[in-house]
Amino acid sequence: MAEEKPKAKKVEKPKEEQQEKPKVDFNKFPEYRKVKSKFPEAIEEAELHCDCLCLRIKKEFIVDVCKLLRDDEDLKYDYLADLCGVHYPKREKPLEVVYNLLSIPHAKRVRLKVSLAEDEEVPSVCEVWPSANWFEREAFDMLGIRFANHPDLRRILLPEDWEGHPLRKDYPLEGPPGYREKWLREHLPYYNKL
Amino acid sequence: MAVKEEQQFKELMAKGTSLGQVEDDLMRETIKTQDLWVNMGPQHPSTHGVLRLILSLQGERIVDTEVVIGYLHRGTEKLAEARTYHQIIPLTDRLDYLASPAMNFGYVLAVEKLMGIEVPKRAEYIRVLLAELARISSHLLWLATHALDIGAMTVFLYCFREREMILDMFEMLTGGRLITSFYRIGGVAADLPEGFLDRVKEFCEIFPSRVKDYDDLLYSNRIWLSRTVNISKISAEKAKALGLSGPSLRGSGVNWDLRRNQPYSVYPELDFEVAVFDGCDVYARYLVRRKEMLESCKIVKQCVEYLEKTEGPVMAKVPKVIKPPAGEVYMATEAPKGELGYYIVSDGSTRPYRLKIRTPSFANLIALPELVKGHMVADVIAAIGSIDIVLGEVDR
Repeated sequence: MAEEKPKAKKVEKPKEEQQEKPKVDFNKFPEYRKVKSKFPEAIEEAELHCDCLCLRIKKEFIVDVCKLLRDDEDLKYDYLADLCGVHYPKREKPLEVVYNLLSIPHAKRVRLKVSLAEDEEVPSVCEVWPSANWFEREAFDMLGIRFANHPDLRRILLPEDWEGHPLRKDYPLEGPPGYREKWLREHLPYYNKL
Repeated sequence: MAVKEEQQFKELMAKGTSLGQVEDDLMRETIKTQDLWVNMGPQHPSTHGVLRLILSLQGERIVDTEVVIGYLHRGTEKLAEARTYHQIIPLTDRLDYLASPAMNFGYVLAVEKLMGIEVPKRAEYIRVLLAELARISSHLLWLATHALDIGAMTVFLYCFREREMILDMFEMLTGGRLITSFYRIGGVAADLPEGFLDRVKEFCEIFPSRVKDYDDLLYSNRIWLSRTVNISKISAEKAKALGLSGPSLRGSGVNWDLRRNQPYSVYPELDFEVAVFDGCDVYARYLVRRKEMLESCKIVKQCVEYLEKTEGPVMAKVPKVIKPPAGEVYMATEAPKGELGYYIVSDGSTRPYRLKIRTPSFANLIALPELVKGHMVADVIAAIGSIDIVLGEVDR
């Protein structure tokens, strides 16, 4: 019995944090203040996840906001740690691009997000951080997110003739049904005789 | 043509250019050259796996490089979405199979951060001990193969001798030599077996002298220097913009080590130096890793000291079914190759909604075309070696 008590506590702790979230005063974050003052309409939503500030940015502003975060003396987010996509099929805008930024001079991290409808494109941030090139190609490959003005938007991990985007939630784990047979039929001349 | 050439010849001679130079210039104008495409890999011993490079050459110089990856893609991120949090640990082993404890470490830390679990101190020390041994083992393998690629055969045998000692220790502790899967969410699988710490101590005592052996072979070796100094130079600004991390970034003079600058686990309690060299070239990256091996050895010694003195649990009280609250976390750790980040989106169920693994090798490889531009074909091999990639990690 004594063991069960701490278990319950540990699971509850983050829940309490979650409830507190709306009360957070985001003005204490310089990232939030600076973006808000320069681009008042850019931020759609601000959240706090495990002490990391997450800003949801309108897609039209993403390149400007990234440049601001990179060049501002107090922020200096000079390193794009990660860029990835997430698929939320139930949302109105099902695709999401997540930018994890790192400021090496200030040892801080911030996360930006952009929501996209199925037919929308997000401007590429390759001009801000050249390393975004491959990360964006991967997001395109895995989730079918299209990046406008990307220098070379091709598949990166999967073969060029691959159909579909595996990290979408409607993509089955074992590949599309009948895919293996179809591939064999195309590539194995004597498939029918097997 | 002949008349024109003669005219040019006279003009150049009148300017006072040497005869050899004139002939050279004329040849360049009259003989047309064309870019040559050379396919390197995917089956090439120096690419350390299945990496394909398409080199565009002007003579022996590299004009452009296209990197083709994905030959080892196993869909780890998709697989992870269909597995419970504990079942993902063995998948992370297979990313960087040369330093699997470091891969486990980042993942369990991410889940623990998401759930707010506090891990017993003894478990943290065991984890750091293993991760640092893995760093030494990874750097040893790197030095061995990097030197072999460039032409120093002996170092390979020496490095593997020491690496074998570490792998034997892993085997003793976890049962596996490469794929250890020893970390658990909330701690480690088991306490240390009897006699393990003695073996680690023994290793720590002899290791610095073994590094001297490698130094004798490489540190001021003229061939080694001529193959590495001023090769693949990259400035600090460019390195950051291109996403280099870990030893490759520190070789460009950027003082950035996640163990020191964004500390996690028990690293704040440990005394070690961050290896930074500002040569920006292949040799500087060699110096960084060389020093890191010695620093890791120091960390291991401190861990052994702590673990010998104390006893305690090695597992936190964690629910049987891991169910993190809905939310997301990005946890970055300093893996042997650079910044290893796990981005987990949880929807409150037993499986992650999305797991994105930011692997250091993938990001380091982005810089390769920039690193080899204008160099000789032979330097490509030095450049690939200097950013220390593992294709299991690149392709995931």
